[in-house]
Amino acid sequence: MDKNSSHRLKRRWLKVAHFIGLFLAMLVICLPGLWIVLSSLRPTVEIMAKPPVWIPRDISLDAYRAMFGGAGQGGIPVWEYFRNSLIISITSTIIALIIGMAGGYAFARYKFKGKSGVFLGFMLTRAVPGIALSLPLFMIFARVGIIDTHFAMILIYVALNVPFTIWLIDGFFRQVPKDLAEAAQIDGCTRWQAFWQVEFPLAGPGIASAGIFAFLTSWNEYALASQITRSVNSKTLPVGLLDYTSEFTIDWRGMCALAVVMIIPALTLTFIIQKHLVSGLTFGAVKG
Amino acid sequence: MQSPRRPIFQMKFPKLSAPTLLLLPAIIVLAAVIVLPLLFSLYSSFTPFRLTKPESIWVFIGVRNYVSVLTNYEFWAAFGRTILLLTIALNAEMFLGLGLAMLVNKATRGQRILRTLMMFPMMFSPVLVGFQFKFLFNDNIGFVNNALQSLGLTTNAIPWLIDGNLALFSIIIAEVWSSTSVFAILILAGLLAMPQEPVEAARVDGCTPWQTFRYVTWPYLMPFAFIAMTIRSLDVARAYDIVKIMTDGGPAKRTELLWTLVGRTAYSDARMGLANAMAYISILLSILFTVYFFRKLAAARQQIGAEW
Repeated sequence: MDKNSSHRLKRRWLKVAHFIGLFLAMLVICLPGLWIVLSSLRPTVEIMAKPPVWIPRDISLDAYRAMFGGAGQGGIPVWEYFRNSLIISITSTIIALIIGMAGGYAFARYKFKGKSGVFLGFMLTRAVPGIALSLPLFMIFARVGIIDTHFAMILIYVALNVPFTIWLIDGFFRQVPKDLAEAAQIDGCTRWQAFWQVEFPLAGPGIASAGIFAFLTSWNEYALASQITRSVNSKTLPVGLLDYTSEFTIDWRGMCALAVVMIIPALTLTFIIQKHLVSGLTFGAVKG
Repeated sequence: MQSPRRPIFQMKFPKLSAPTLLLLPAIIVLAAVIVLPLLFSLYSSFTPFRLTKPESIWVFIGVRNYVSVLTNYEFWAAFGRTILLLTIALNAEMFLGLGLAMLVNKATRGQRILRTLMMFPMMFSPVLVGFQFKFLFNDNIGFVNNALQSLGLTTNAIPWLIDGNLALFSIIIAEVWSSTSVFAILILAGLLAMPQEPVEAARVDGCTPWQTFRYVTWPYLMPFAFIAMTIRSLDVARAYDIVKIMTDGGPAKRTELLWTLVGRTAYSDARMGLANAMAYISILLSILFTVYFFRKLAAARQQIGAEW
C-alpha cells in the first residue's frame, strides 16, 4: 500500500467516524423530546405495558382532548394556567424591554464612572438563586397581600429579566455604528429623534430577540412561581405541571401532553431568535 | 426634521445626567424587588423567625442561625453535593459542548439544521427537563430501563431514581443534557467568527492538529467559553427545578442540594430565619461564581486583544 492510498483510507475513515459521532450526538439531543411527544399520543396502557411496546399501535389525541376539555379528566384547569402564563409573561416582557432599552442604550452609548461596576452589579442580582429570593419575597408579599396575584409575578419577572435584557440590548446597540446617529443629529435631529428614527430600527430585530428571551424566561420559571402562586388565580404552566403528580399515581400521558403544550411556544420563538441571540451575547467577545 | 422641541427636552432634566436617568428605572426595579428583599432576609437571618409565629421576627439572636447552619451535618452534606454536582456538570458540559461545536463545524452539509437541532435542549425549561428525565429514568416504565431490558443488557429493573448514587448520576445527566447546548452554541459562534489565517499559518509551520487546537484555536475560543460559563453561573440554581421534580431531594436526602434544603427548611419546616441564613450562604456561592467567570471573561478578552 503506497502512502497516498493509506492517506485516502484514513480520511474516509475519519469521515465515517465524524458522521457516526454527529448522528449519535443528535440522537441523544432529540430522542428524549420525541419520546415525550410519542408518549402523549399513546394510550396509558401502552406506556405502562410490560414488556414494553416499542412500535405504537394506537395513536390518538385523547390526552389533548381531555386536557383542554375542561375539568373533566383529572380536573386540572389547563386553560386558566395557560391564560395566567400568557398574561404574566407578556406584560413582564414588555415592561422589562422598555427598562432594558433605556439601560442598554446607556451602557452602549455613554461613558460614565463605574460603568463596569454597575454592569456587574446588575448581573449579580440575576445570580441570586430563585429559591433564596423567594423567602423574603414570600414574607413581604404575604404582608402586603399580593401573594397569588398576577401583579406579584409580573413584578418579580420584570426584575428577573432586566439584567439580561440590558446585556443583550447593550450588545445590539453597539453593533449599530455610532456615526449614523451622529450624522442624523448633524442633519438636525434631536438625540431623541435620532434614536427612534435611526438606531432603534437598526437594532430592532435584536431588541425583539431580547424580548423573546425575556418572555421565555418568564414562561419557564418555576422556583419563584411555585412559592408565590397558590391557586388558579395566578398559577403558571410550570407549576401546573406538578398537579399531575399530586395524586397517588402519576398521569404520565397527561403530563407528556402538557409538556408538549408548554414546549411548542418556546420552540417556535427560539427558532425565530436563534441567530440574533447568539450575536447579541457574543458581541464584544473579541473586540472587547 | 423639526427641532423646536429640543430646548424643552434639554431643560426638563437639568441636574441628572443622561446615563443616570436612563439607568434609573432599572435601578429602582432591581432595588425594590431584589436588593431590599435581600436586605430584609439578611436581617431575618439573625432572628428565630417562623412563619407560624409572626412576632418572632422582632427577636434578635445574633449569629445563632449561622452557627447552627455551619455545625449542621446535613447542610455540609448538601453543600458538598452541590459543589460536586456543579463541578462534574460544568466540566462535562464544557467538554461535550466543545466536542459538539467542533462536530457541527466540521459538517459539510446541513449545517443550518444541525445548528437548530443543537439548540433543542435550550428551549426546555428546567421543570420540563426534570419531568422528562424522571419519565425516562423511571425504574418501571422508563425508556432507559425498557431499552436496556429489550436489548438484553440487564434482566432486572435498575432503580435509577431510587438508589442514592444512581439518582445523583441521573440528575447530572439531566443537567448536562439541558445545558451542553449553551456551551456548544457559543463555542460554535466563536469557531465561525474565527479568522482562518492563524490556523493555516500554524499548519504550514508544521503544527500537529492537537498543537494547532491547543495553541491557536483554543485561546481564541476562550472568551466564548467564558461567556457561556458566565451565563451558566448566572443560573446555576436552575438545578433546583430539576432536582425538585426528579427526586425532591430524596431518596433519604441523598440528592439534597443547597437550594432544595433551603426550600424545605423554609416552607416545609417553616423555619424562615434558619432558611435565610442558609440562603445567604448559597447566594454568596453564586455571586463568587459569577464574579470569578466575569473576571476571567474580561481577562481572556484582553489577552486576545493583545495577541491579535
